[in-house]
Amino acid sequence: MQWTINGQVRKAEVDFRTSLLDLLREQFQLSGTKEGCNQGACGACTVLVDGDRINACLALAVQYQGRSITTVEGLATDTHLHPVQAAFIEHDGFQCGYCTPGQLCSAVGMIGELERDQPSAVTADLSANEIEWNRDELRERMSGNLCRCGAYNGITDAIAASLATEVVR
Amino acid sequence: MKAFDYHQAVDSEQAVAQAVRVSGAEDMAKYLGGGTNLVDLMRETVERPDALIDVTALSHAIDETPEGGLLIGAATTNAELAGDIRVRTRYPMLSRAILTGASAQIRNMATVGGNLLQRTRCAYFYDMATHCNKREPGAGCDAHEGFHRYHAILGTSSSCMATHPSDMAVALAALEARIHLRGPDGDRQLPLTELHREPGERPDIETELRPQELIVAIELPRLPMAARSGYRKVRDRASYAFALVSVASMVALDGGTIQDVRLALGGVGTKPWRAYRAEEALRGQPATEATLVTAVDAELAAAKTLPDNAFKVELARRTMIAELSRRIADARSGGDA
Repeated sequence: MQWTINGQVRKAEVDFRTSLLDLLREQFQLSGTKEGCNQGACGACTVLVDGDRINACLALAVQYQGRSITTVEGLATDTHLHPVQAAFIEHDGFQCGYCTPGQLCSAVGMIGELERDQPSAVTADLSANEIEWNRDELRERMSGNLCRCGAYNGITDAIAASLATEVVR
Repeated sequence: MKAFDYHQAVDSEQAVAQAVRVSGAEDMAKYLGGGTNLVDLMRETVERPDALIDVTALSHAIDETPEGGLLIGAATTNAELAGDIRVRTRYPMLSRAILTGASAQIRNMATVGGNLLQRTRCAYFYDMATHCNKREPGAGCDAHEGFHRYHAILGTSSSCMATHPSDMAVALAALEARIHLRGPDGDRQLPLTELHREPGERPDIETELRPQELIVAIELPRLPMAARSGYRKVRDRASYAFALVSVASMVALDGGTIQDVRLALGGVGTKPWRAYRAEEALRGQPATEATLVTAVDAELAAAKTLPDNAFKVELARRTMIAELSRRIADARSGGDA
């Protein structure tokens, strides 16, 4: 089996039962992606597949063969943090840090959804072609990522700052 | 998790053929969509298939039908369907229902075919150490004497009161969606409202699907009044929670009279609950509060409650009245839909 992970083609033969999360952590030693609930409730395992955020714990690795997967290790370049990572530091978007890799990947995926004008449950006018973001939108869109330390205000501030500077990719 | 074989299907004919080939007297194949429910159930050993047929490579297309509706490929993700501008403008209750369900990560994974076939989130169904008639008919139901705040009040039986968890299916019930099926004996269609079964004495049999039958598409009929439809979900927290009560509704007025109406409920039924009794009591009647109260009470007269979920009757009553009132106000201010 073969996947493109953070831009590199990686191969492994794994049992069909292997989740994408376990593939990343145990086969490829990419331990940035975290296991929380292992049942899709907490978002700690969030990664990007072809730019879309998913829960790696509920994904069977075999189902994602040939796809391009980005983990938290793939967000920064050799010399620069991803703007969302820098904003999390600037705005204290974490305390213990365990949920942070999932929060970061989720935020990057969410910004892509906003750029594509995808609505959310709190979007008042679903028929609008252009979706305006606000803090209620950000909170709703990030509700699949839990933070037991309760750093939600910092997380929202960090994402809002990233969106306001428009330097995010 | 029990070991299984994995096959990826390139189209629906191949998927059905693979399922037929794999399924023997003892063996069972299951179709795999996004896996957001099935993988979890396999991990808990509630589901123990011998083989998975991956159908995520099947059609993601959302096409116009000659009749002015939409035909949605079953492998379309929940996110793709909710975000489609035609759905958002012509069937907003469907977008809203999907967007109030699960999280963005799960909506990116989950397919619309899989959404319809997801299993209940009854905690006793998931807990192999408890008695559950849905897992093992005749074993008993520990929810009856246990914690049943999230359980259904409509369509229940002495065997099972597990709630159907889907938001999307509630909107599809109101929209009179048709489910396109492909099986070993050919193609057929079912109205969404006839896809799911009430539990009766066999809560383990949840749908009318035949062995190896596959959902290939969902058809939305042309329905102009759906352009002013809505979906409201009441739950224990503001986001990422299953419904206590949800209401999908649309109303067309003729002057002060309710000309037509569609009403469906989530969080209270053992299947996506189309409120036919309330609709019947509303059609042709004056659009007044008294009419709404009579209609809503007619629907809820059949409710069967237990101590923890008795509150759902009043919650459903108030939410239906509030939503129907809003639809009526929208219809009055907006003219013809």
